[in-house]
Amino acid sequence: MAPQFLAAEASTSTSRTLTITLFLVFVAITLAITVWASRQTKTATDFYAGGRQFSGFQNGMAIGGDYMSAASFLGIAGIIALYGYDGFLYSIGFLVAWLVALLLVAEFLRNSGRFTMADVLAFRMRQRPVRTAASVSTIVVSIFYLIAQMVGAGALVSLLLGIKPGTEFLGMDGDTAKVATIILVGALMIVYVTVGGMKGTTYVQIVKAFMLMGGALIMVLMVLAHYKFNLSALLGDAATRSGKGDAFLEPGLRYGVETAGDAAKTFYSKMDLLSLGLALVLGTAGLPHILTRFYTVPTSRIARKSVLWAIGIIGTFYLFTLALGFGAAALVGGADITAQDKAGNTAAPQLAQELGIEYLGGNTGGAIMLAVIAAVAFATILAVVAGLTLASSSSLAHDFYASVIKRGNASERDEVRVARIAALIIGAVAIALSIFAQSLNVAFLVALAFAVAASANLPAILYSLFWRRFNTAGALWSIYGGLISAVVLVFFSPVVSGSATAMFPAQDWQWFPLSNPGIISIPLGFFFGWLGTVITKESDPEKYAELEVRSLTGHGAH
Amino acid sequence: MPASAERYLEVQRSEEFAQLRHRLRRFIFPTTVAFIVWYSLYVLLSAYARDFMAIKLIGNINVALIFGVLQFVSTFLIAWFYSRYAAQKLDPLADQILHKVDDVPATTVDGGKN
Repeated sequence: MAPQFLAAEASTSTSRTLTITLFLVFVAITLAITVWASRQTKTATDFYAGGRQFSGFQNGMAIGGDYMSAASFLGIAGIIALYGYDGFLYSIGFLVAWLVALLLVAEFLRNSGRFTMADVLAFRMRQRPVRTAASVSTIVVSIFYLIAQMVGAGALVSLLLGIKPGTEFLGMDGDTAKVATIILVGALMIVYVTVGGMKGTTYVQIVKAFMLMGGALIMVLMVLAHYKFNLSALLGDAATRSGKGDAFLEPGLRYGVETAGDAAKTFYSKMDLLSLGLALVLGTAGLPHILTRFYTVPTSRIARKSVLWAIGIIGTFYLFTLALGFGAAALVGGADITAQDKAGNTAAPQLAQELGIEYLGGNTGGAIMLAVIAAVAFATILAVVAGLTLASSSSLAHDFYASVIKRGNASERDEVRVARIAALIIGAVAIALSIFAQSLNVAFLVALAFAVAASANLPAILYSLFWRRFNTAGALWSIYGGLISAVVLVFFSPVVSGSATAMFPAQDWQWFPLSNPGIISIPLGFFFGWLGTVITKESDPEKYAELEVRSLTGHGAH
Repeated sequence: MPASAERYLEVQRSEEFAQLRHRLRRFIFPTTVAFIVWYSLYVLLSAYARDFMAIKLIGNINVALIFGVLQFVSTFLIAWFYSRYAAQKLDPLADQILHKVDDVPATTVDGGKN
C-alpha cells in the first residue's frame, strides 16, 4: 500500500517548505538572468530574437523548454498512469510533428522572416490585411494555450502544496491559493518578457529544460532500477495493479473507446482519435511561440541544427514519460492517483514521493523528491507561459502596431516599447480570463490551440513558401477560414456543452459530435486557402522569386 | 542586402536554382508524405486493429508498444538522413547560388548591389 499522498503532516510541511524554497531559488536565478539579459537588450533584434546569437544546442534546449509544457510532463504521465498505453499515443503525435517543422518550415522561415510568423506570410502579399490576420490568429492560439496553462497552474499548486478544500495555507484556503497562484505566475511571466525580452525568456527555457530532463531522468532510473531494468516486469506490474490487465498495455482505454451496442458512439470516438492525431502532427509547425524560436539563431543551418537537438531532447523526454506513467501505475496505483486528482495530473509528483521513500529513505526522502519534482513542474509552467506571452506581444507590436497602424513607419525603439506594453496587457488579460475560467474545465484549450495552428497557420505558411500562385486573398481565406472553422466546431462540440465533462455542463447547444475539430477544420483551412487564391487574380511572380531565392539560399537573411 | 527584382527572377530561372529546388523538393515532399502515411497507419491500427496491436512479442511487450517505439526510431532516422542529405546535396549548391545573387553580370546595368 502506497503511503497516502501528502497525508502525513510532517511530510507535508517539510515538503511544502522545500518546494517553496526550491521554487524561490528557481525564480531568483531566472530573475537574475532576466535582469542581466535586459542590459544586453538594446535593439529590436535583441528584444524579439535574442540578438540571433544562440547556438543550435541552446536553441534546441529552449525549444524543448517551450514545448514540454505541464500538459506533456504531468498530463501525459497522468494519462499513461490511469489509461495506460493511450498516453503514449498522444506523445508520439507531439514528436512526429517536429518532422513537419524540420523539413517544411524552420529553415525557410529563418531565411525569409525577421521576427514573427507574419513576416513570411506577408512577404509577397498586401501587408496590412495579412499581418492583421496573422496577428489575430497568433493571439488567439497563444491566449487559448495561456489560459489552459495558467488554470492548470492554479489547480496544480493547490494540489502540490496539499491545500485541500477546508484547509488553509498561509491564511489562504484552496480557492484563494489558486487565484494567488494564477496572479503570481502571470506577474512573473510579464516580468520575464517585458524585462528580459527574447534573450531572458530563452535562458529561462534552457534552465527549465535542464531541470525537467534532469528530474525526469533521475525518476526514470529509479523506476527502472526498482524493476532491475526489466521493462516487461514493469509493464506487467502496471497492468496487474491497474486492474485492467493486458488492456492497460493496449490502445483503446482513453481514445477511440469502443462502446458495445452503440455503433455511432464507437465510430465518433475513433474519428476523434484520428482527428486528434492529425491536429497534433500538423499543429506544432504552426504554433507562433515555436516559430519565433527559429529567429534566435544566426543562420538557417543553425535553425536546422536546433530542430535536430529539439527532436532528440523531446523524443527522449517522451520515452521518459512512458516509464514515469507506467511506473506511477505500478508503484503508486490508479486508486491513489485518482484520490488526489481525477485527471491524473499528480501521478508524476506522487511517483516522485514514492521513489524518494524507497531510495532516499523514509518520509523525509519522499518529501524531498516530491518537492524537487513539484518545483520542476512550476518551472515548466512558468517557462511555457513566458514563451507564449512573448510570441503574442511580438506579433501585436511588430505586425499590428508597426505595420498596420503605423504603416511601417514606427522606429525600432517605439516598436520595442509597444511590445513591452503589449506583453503587460496580454499578461493582464490572460490572468483575468484564467481567474474567470478556473472553475471551468478548460483542458481542451490546448488541443484547440493545436487545431487552430494546424487549420489556420500551417496552410498559409506552406502555401506561402511553396506555391507560386498563392496571394493575399488566399492567405486571408486560409487563416480566417481555418481559424473560424476550428473555433466554431469546438464551440458546438461536446467539450463546450452538452456533456458532463463540458466547460458548461448545464447547457446544451452541442451538435458537432467530435471533441477535436482537426479532421474537418484542417482540410477546410487548406481548401479555403486554395479557393481564395484561384478566385482572385492577384499574383506577384517577382516577389515570389525573391521569396523563393531568399528562403532557399539565405540571401538577404537578417 | 536585397538584390533587384529582375536579379531574383534571373536567379530563380537559372539552371542551378532549378537544380537546388529539385533536390530539395525531391527529398522533403516524398519524405513528408511517407512519415504522415506511416504515422496514420499507426493511428489507424490503434483505432481499428486492436487485436493485432495486442499480440505479445517478448514478455509483456506487445506490437502496439514496438510500433510506437518504431515511430520514435523513424523520426530520429528521418531527421538524421535529412541533415546528412542537406549538408551534402543542398548546402554547397545553396552557397554557390547565394554568392552569385550579388554578382551582377557586366551586361546588366541596373545592378543588384544597392
